Amino acid sequence: MSLPAPSPGGRFGDFGGQFVPETLVPACQELDRAFRVAWADPEFRGELDGLLADYAGRPSPLTECHRLSEELGVRILAKREDLNHTGSHKINNVLGQALLARRMGKSRLVAETGAGQHGVATATAAALLGMECVVYMGEVDIERQALNVFRMQLLGAEVRSAQSGSRTLKDAINEAMRDWVASVETTHYCLGSVMGPHPYPWMVRELHTVIGIEARAQCDEVLGGPPDVVTACVGGGSNAIGIFSGFVDTDAELVGVEPAGGAAVGRGVPGVVHGSASYLLQDEWGQVTEAHSVSAGLDYPGVGPEHAHLADLGRARYENVEDAEVIEAFTLMSRTEGIIPALEPAHALAWVARDRALLAGRTVLFNLSGRGDKDVAQMMEVLG
Amino acid sequence: MSVGALEQTLRHQRSAGRKLLVPYVTGGLGDDWLDTVRALADAGADAIEVGIPFSDPVMDGPVIQAASEAALAKGATPHSITDALRRADVGVPVVVMTYYNIAFHAGLDRFAHTLQSSQVAAAILPDLPLEEAGPWTAAADRHDVETVLLAAPTAPDERLPLICERARGFVYAVGLLGVTGERTELARSSLVIAERCKAVTDKPVLVGVGVSDAAQAVEVCSVADGVVIGSAVVRRMLDGEGPAGVAAFVASVRAALDAG
Repeated sequence: MSLPAPSPGGRFGDFGGQFVPETLVPACQELDRAFRVAWADPEFRGELDGLLADYAGRPSPLTECHRLSEELGVRILAKREDLNHTGSHKINNVLGQALLARRMGKSRLVAETGAGQHGVATATAAALLGMECVVYMGEVDIERQALNVFRMQLLGAEVRSAQSGSRTLKDAINEAMRDWVASVETTHYCLGSVMGPHPYPWMVRELHTVIGIEARAQCDEVLGGPPDVVTACVGGGSNAIGIFSGFVDTDAELVGVEPAGGAAVGRGVPGVVHGSASYLLQDEWGQVTEAHSVSAGLDYPGVGPEHAHLADLGRARYENVEDAEVIEAFTLMSRTEGIIPALEPAHALAWVARDRALLAGRTVLFNLSGRGDKDVAQMMEVLG
Repeated sequence: MSVGALEQTLRHQRSAGRKLLVPYVTGGLGDDWLDTVRALADAGADAIEVGIPFSDPVMDGPVIQAASEAALAKGATPHSITDALRRADVGVPVVVMTYYNIAFHAGLDRFAHTLQSSQVAAAILPDLPLEEAGPWTAAADRHDVETVLLAAPTAPDERLPLICERARGFVYAVGLLGVTGERTELARSSLVIAERCKAVTDKPVLVGVGVSDAAQAVEVCSVADGVVIGSAVVRRMLDGEGPAGVAAFVASVRAALDAG
């Protein structure tokens, strides 16, 4: 058994929904219908599985991290989403959405991006399928992720700067939604996480369940069953929900790790922004506050509604870590395993390192959601 | 359900043969925004839309975004704006426009009560579509706050009557596919959506989004009962034209509408 579908209106308990301008309601409803049909269609699934295997390189391996485990006294296995084409788990989602967009007769993709991973993945899928692609990125992120900006341009996408508000991921989402309001007849909004209006949180989750399905089988093989703990970083929460989905029916503890400066589950209160109700960082009047994290990909004041629901149910719990702990984990993994992780998954590892005494002797499956090449220049400045 | 104060006013003006004019002002923008609101009422507005700025206004284009940011930077809050409205004697109905999280965070019943006690007749929440509107409209109805709903060009034929049926005050027909902002020409879709709404409701139908000047207002009012003009007003506020300058613009639209 995996995670259940939301209610017809897109509710996960008290969270989720479809809070969009009226202009977009018919498009969201159409997307919901189209995804339901496609997801049940063996031909669509076959085409997607083919691309995931032959183009993205799935299945991704499970790596037992011997030296890291020895250093921390915790047995750690890494699900290697960093080895997918484009360097992160994001490709699972975009290939599915791009195929769906084509099936719906849309010729243009718009996307938001924080660190640039989802933007690169979307630009990649657009190039593969011959679609037009516009990626919105906060002005601040464009500066700190110049390499990914150039990658997207190489792939034929146009990168547009979001210059309002905090000029990071949240504002890139605002701009992408504004674009979609104006272009909905020809354009699919390729949203990058398990957030936004229904059907996105559910659809994006389904497209990432492949992570959990593979990891479950791999753990059965290596460990003879599920691990004691499954952990992943959480911004919007797509890689986390992907791996959690494979273990929700086991006794494994599910632990999402947020950045301390963007801990929506940890420090937010219920609110509605970007299409759904969830935990949200906001001020006393309901103005959304800015998140602050060393990792552009987690620099988001909200969280996917299903995580809010899992937290309320107590089925998953959410920890948060400081930037300094993340940087330490980033170097630790590089040094002990010969794997430079992205700063995002380094959050999950930072939690394991911090709580290693509590985790001693236990087995932890950690979703290594992306590789760290994109962060090297930034870390050179921080560590140099 | 009884007809509210805003809808009564608009119906009354319409039956007198007048085209309806509702300018939009970002609350808290500059020290004299409330003077602008009063000046627009004197300049012939039939109602005034007052925006309570929100940090993430996804339905708004660059002008209203900039105005919202400027107002928030100066310390505007939902309280400072409703408090000012409570003490203002505007003379025409006031419609508050804000995003759903502002109401949700305050508590729906409390927010509706605050609007009612601030002499606000109606509310527009552009990110709250029909399917999600139930809890809010229940609270708003309890406090005699009319909820204006948006009707967009993308709505299928079977959807429009549902929106028009539930809308109170007026039906806000979205003139084009896009966010708020001035356009050099009136979009053909403005006339189409106005006509489609008029065919299914006798409530006042006002077109907003992309109605930028007197000529465009006259053009769209060949079908619609009236217009909402936002960015063209707010841009003049941002440019420092002051209450008198902004009112002169609105008076020119009023005169053009009256002349037909």
